[in-house]
Amino acid sequence: MTLLFAAFFLFILGALLAVIPGRTAARAATLLGSGSAILGCLFGLIAAGQGLIAEGAETFSLPWSMPGGAFSLRLDGLSAFFLLLLFIVGLAGALYGAEYMKGGRERRRPGLHWTWYNLLILSMTLVVTAANGLLFLFAWECMSLTSFFLVINEYDLTEAVEAGWTYLLATHLGAAFLFAFFLSAGALSGSLEFASFQVLSQLTAPVASGFFLLLLVGFGSKAGIFPFHVWLPDAHPAAPSHVSALMSGVMVKTAIYGLLRLSAFLPVGPAWWGSLLMAIGIIGALFGITMAALQRDIKRSLAYSTVENIGIILLALGFWMHSRVNGHPLAAAFALAGGLIHLLNHALFKSLLFLGAGSLMHGSGSRNLNRMGGLMRRMPVTGLLIVCGGLAISALPPFNGLIGEWFIYRALLESGTVLSGLAGFFPLVLIGLLALVGGMVLIVMTRIIGIALAGEPRSPEAAKAREAGWPMGSAMAALALLCLTGGLMPVFLLQVAGRAATLIDPSAATILAGTTMAPWWLGIMAILLLVCILAAYLFLRWRQGRTPVPASATWGCGFAFPSSRMSYSAESFTELPQSAMFCSCLQPSTEDGREIGFFPEARRFAFAAPDPMLTRVFKPFFRWAAEVCSGFRGLQAGQLHVYLLYIFSATILLLVWVGQR
Amino acid sequence: MDNYNPANMLLLLVILFNFFLLGSSRLNACIRTVAIQGGILSLLPLFLHGFSGHSLILAGGAFLLKGIAIPFLLLRAIRQVHIRREMEPLLGYVPTLLLGTLATAGAFIFSDRLPLIEIHRGSLFIPVGLATLATGFLMLITRRKAITQALGYLIFENGVFIFGMLLAEAMPLMVEAGVLLDLLVAVFVMGIVMHQINREFSTMNTDQLSSLRE
Repeated sequence: MTLLFAAFFLFILGALLAVIPGRTAARAATLLGSGSAILGCLFGLIAAGQGLIAEGAETFSLPWSMPGGAFSLRLDGLSAFFLLLLFIVGLAGALYGAEYMKGGRERRRPGLHWTWYNLLILSMTLVVTAANGLLFLFAWECMSLTSFFLVINEYDLTEAVEAGWTYLLATHLGAAFLFAFFLSAGALSGSLEFASFQVLSQLTAPVASGFFLLLLVGFGSKAGIFPFHVWLPDAHPAAPSHVSALMSGVMVKTAIYGLLRLSAFLPVGPAWWGSLLMAIGIIGALFGITMAALQRDIKRSLAYSTVENIGIILLALGFWMHSRVNGHPLAAAFALAGGLIHLLNHALFKSLLFLGAGSLMHGSGSRNLNRMGGLMRRMPVTGLLIVCGGLAISALPPFNGLIGEWFIYRALLESGTVLSGLAGFFPLVLIGLLALVGGMVLIVMTRIIGIALAGEPRSPEAAKAREAGWPMGSAMAALALLCLTGGLMPVFLLQVAGRAATLIDPSAATILAGTTMAPWWLGIMAILLLVCILAAYLFLRWRQGRTPVPASATWGCGFAFPSSRMSYSAESFTELPQSAMFCSCLQPSTEDGREIGFFPEARRFAFAAPDPMLTRVFKPFFRWAAEVCSGFRGLQAGQLHVYLLYIFSATILLLVWVGQR
Repeated sequence: MDNYNPANMLLLLVILFNFFLLGSSRLNACIRTVAIQGGILSLLPLFLHGFSGHSLILAGGAFLLKGIAIPFLLLRAIRQVHIRREMEPLLGYVPTLLLGTLATAGAFIFSDRLPLIEIHRGSLFIPVGLATLATGFLMLITRRKAITQALGYLIFENGVFIFGMLLAEAMPLMVEAGVLLDLLVAVFVMGIVMHQINREFSTMNTDQLSSLRE
């Protein structure tokens, strides 16, 4: 706990110091801001490690002069698990940002940026360690606000500011549900301390379901679960890359933390809770990955992939709840482990990919995939690391992405084979759908790698791209190394997830502690595979060395002077899924000028895939709400007399009401 | 009960003045009426609590402020800006008077239903206080000129003062001073507003203030 406080102190210090140098001494501001964030994260990492190793929980409490509030913290397995991924990603982000914020468009106010960055990490630390409802809400709001300011870092761009507003609106609508939850939970238990929330486990099923739905909507809007994900694809591209990494890798996970932590106080609910989560999860996963395949903005594509991964995590957690109620402890334990491991893994490889995307943007000057190309040769280290991240996110060995999904598949198979009839059919259907999602992930990743890294440069800026410096490179390399370590030694991942599971489902944790063979096998297989790949690579290099391949031009389909404009674009890469598989419901707008005539003319082709939930559900709804509410604008007459009349009539009405009683 | 008789007479006078204020368009007369009303009110503490030091201070302070200082300031203000009448109220004088009557009746009915302590039962303080508040409000709502608005605030404050009388025993001097101070602030604010309106818009109609909307 002392180390955690040291980290708090460093974050606050960094936040304060970073603004002092001001606009002129940007370098000093960056040094101070990122330096204190890095140091704080190091201290925090040690604290999180201690929390994971130690049995039981450390608590700290300080009275607070706020009604219902107390500054009580609690560091247990679940908190330490989330702290671990927070500090890893925060550390990498701070190191990366130290270089990233120096150049390019993000130059404006690095000092202020670092203040928000430090405060964001601080508030996230508080969110996952708070043991008091009021403190939790306070930290939650701080997290929303600081991340909002980070999203609108480029505040002179309309789209960034719009993305910021969408985000702020979504997160506050969600927070309203959380307020409802905490207020009613506090009213039932008599205190906002988490310790007193134990009373909630005596609730009847309908009331508990109400509470659960409040939690689901409240946290869901932050986590970006399916219908509430609309802020995510706008906010992530607008923010600087290391902030996108932190937001996508950790911040959306704090919502999962809240869901796990607070639903643990509720009684074990009926099976439909799990089914609901599973349904939302698999729909979100399919939707997210399909939308990811349609985006030409690399960070937007990655943001949709976050929606997909949150869907997978939700699916696993839903399956855990479902199996626990139906009495399948083994499937429940595996599903919980799968969910938690995937959560940790996603934090690692998604941050790696976001940082990589940032480097590509840094190099080529654009977020548009169609303006990149040929970057593998110009940025070999970044390219290699992105390929590593792509392998990890596609759940391919020897990286960590496989481990989480392996446990999820195991859990589904477990109950699919044990159960009979319709009950056993659903897990098997889910396996099929999950495999479909996995295949789509592979398409999305090959698309990003193929269009951005391979081929010839598609823009003059991309042709002049240069490799990023060591801070950016080492931050990415560290994350990639962690991904590889997770894949080669899955037993670590399982142990960490087991520690986190102790709190929310002790029986699952004991089962996981007994599962020792599977992770070792997975690790050995991964190492064998790695050795085979290396051997094959060396063999091919050796053979190529003996008989050199002559370099010649690619066949240009009969065109005389093939240029990079004629190569496959990001859109054409996914033409198959977009025209054949999903599009009746997603409806990307295509303006197709292709015609076959005798003489070629100038033609236009435009393609856009706006979010269908945003354009068809939320925007019309809010427009309608605005129309209804604008009827009340008449009340604002702008005349003092009328306002006084309101006060007068309200007073009279109140007096009449009092007189009536 | 006996204690209240002279006070009740004064309070009935206050109601009469309320009606006059609602029905009159001449600013000069209105300001003088408010001054007389304030003067009458300043006698109330003496009738209610006897000749103690506290009530003397209250009475003297109220008389100086309500009866002399503020009316003097307001009279000077209208002399400077050359206005005599409230020409075009938002609601005519007769309807305002009717509303004022209704409000006064309502105030009497309402205060009958209030659970009062024994000493205050039968006194007119509560209904008259409420009626004066309502009169002030009506003044504020229906009149356009900044100066009549200021008068409305003054009448409103008189209503609050009548309420304050009931609590003068229980409340410390500070709170009473607060009531007077409140009033002073209101006059200051209106003075500044009037001055500004006069300079910026060359009119004393608060209608022009609505151009500040949004």
